[in-house]
Amino acid sequence: MIQFDAVHKLFPNGTTAVHDLSLALPEGGVTVLVGSSGCGKTTTLRMINRMVEPTSGTIRVGGKDVQEQDAAELRRSIGYVIQQSGLFPHRTVLDNIATVPLLLGWGRRKARARAAELLETVGLAPEAGRRYPHQLSGGQQQRVGVARALAADPPVLLMDEPFGAVDPVVRTQLQDELLRLQKELSKTIVFVTHDIDEAVRLGDRIAIFRTGGHLIQCAEPAELLARPADDFVADFLGAERGLKLLSLRTLADVPQGAVPEGGTWTLVLDEARKPLHWASKDAELPVRPLQDTDSLLSALNESVASPTGLIARVDAAGVLTGVSSRDDIHEHANRAHTEVVAA
Amino acid sequence: MTIDWSWISGHTDDLTTLTVSHLQAALSAVLLGLLISLPLAVVAHRVRPLRGFLLGLSNVLFTIPSIAVFVLLLPVSGLTRTTTVIGLTIYTLVVLLRNTVEGLDSVPTRTKEAAKAMGTRPLRTLLTVEFPLALPVIMAGVRIATVMSISLVSVATYIGDGGLGQLFTDGFQRNFPTPVIVGVVLTLLLAVVADALLVAVQYVLTPWTRRRA
Repeated sequence: MIQFDAVHKLFPNGTTAVHDLSLALPEGGVTVLVGSSGCGKTTTLRMINRMVEPTSGTIRVGGKDVQEQDAAELRRSIGYVIQQSGLFPHRTVLDNIATVPLLLGWGRRKARARAAELLETVGLAPEAGRRYPHQLSGGQQQRVGVARALAADPPVLLMDEPFGAVDPVVRTQLQDELLRLQKELSKTIVFVTHDIDEAVRLGDRIAIFRTGGHLIQCAEPAELLARPADDFVADFLGAERGLKLLSLRTLADVPQGAVPEGGTWTLVLDEARKPLHWASKDAELPVRPLQDTDSLLSALNESVASPTGLIARVDAAGVLTGVSSRDDIHEHANRAHTEVVAA
Repeated sequence: MTIDWSWISGHTDDLTTLTVSHLQAALSAVLLGLLISLPLAVVAHRVRPLRGFLLGLSNVLFTIPSIAVFVLLLPVSGLTRTTTVIGLTIYTLVVLLRNTVEGLDSVPTRTKEAAKAMGTRPLRTLLTVEFPLALPVIMAGVRIATVMSISLVSVATYIGDGGLGQLFTDGFQRNFPTPVIVGVVLTLLLAVVADALLVAVQYVLTPWTRRRA
């Protein structure tokens, strides 16, 4: 879908931003470009829609050399989500989202209708459409940024540290939303971040860059975590490389059973059978119920923190479906190890 | 000093004509000034080496005494309204040019980058993103230029124009204060009303600057 061939970028001040990059990004997947600042990841991203022109080499999107296309038309065909949203302060949210459709000559009515539809897609209320960007929270602005990038339904989406400026809680929400959207839309997404956890969370593939614009390794997250190409990659992945591997696996395959009776601790439920807390004769401890989509890492964490070593499993509505033991979770953690690391 | 009210009631037609003529001279100068400043400001904003030159030139023009400007223009355009308007326009340039350049400078780079990345071409970015966002600063300049022009029109009395300024010479020559007072009051009134209208225009044109969250 996106193909870099021997791409080199030398800035006028003499620094090499991207060094001899050859890389193919598959269609319909999220490729995350990571690395510390000045490693060339943003430059790489911006060369795709010609916001930066390469010094040499070719970049193809959908088989076509970007250099041979009109820059403005190329950019309209590629969604771009900018750092700190980059919304137009003088246009309403609706008109911000309608930017590219209007440039494509859809007409105001059709463009606005499409914008209203996208407002819903990214989880914003219809009233938000009439507001101006400064009247929204950082997280809401970022959602508008995503909606604006999606407006003309481009096959490719470029995202340049889109969630860098929001607080961690909102950041996690936005990441979840992006994963949900991607499941529906299957865009080819190129995502730049310096946060390795974000990369592991969102990426189908992760490309790690080192200062000087060198691509060191590009692989699926599990592969990258299990087999870092060198010490640089291992360092970048951090001390919790093994635990991150567990964060990639979900709880879905871990067996669950009925809540054991007669122990010191009982799991207290409300009338809708939603877990409330663990209770003994003279104490209460919090419970954090987990769904099938939660990671093995959070299950391990919860089982260590639980007084019984059991985790409460719930369905999407929060209703208890059963419990799993620390042993069950360990067994699956071992499986992750034998399948990926020791294989 | 007493006001001869009967003089006023006897000259309402003349006063209306002079007021309209006064306003026309001032507004023509501001409009012409804008017509010249907007493109020049774009050049000064985009081409850094020319910026200092253009802003400096407008400053130098501003320092020429107003009467001298009219005298210098006489051989070119004679004792006409054109001379008045050209003279006034020269003075509007210093505020209009500077404020437009500063307005364009104040547009965040990130916003311009976003417009480019969405596939907006440079001219459209200028007209639909840069100018609208520069508008509050440009309008501040337009307000100063308008008030300044309204007060300066009177100087053109020396070349036989000057709108309400004619009332001053008339009053001085006849040692009759009423026209002078009426002239001052009407000039002030014009300036205040014009400024209020410009504030209203800006309010209508910049809805995004209201209701700060």
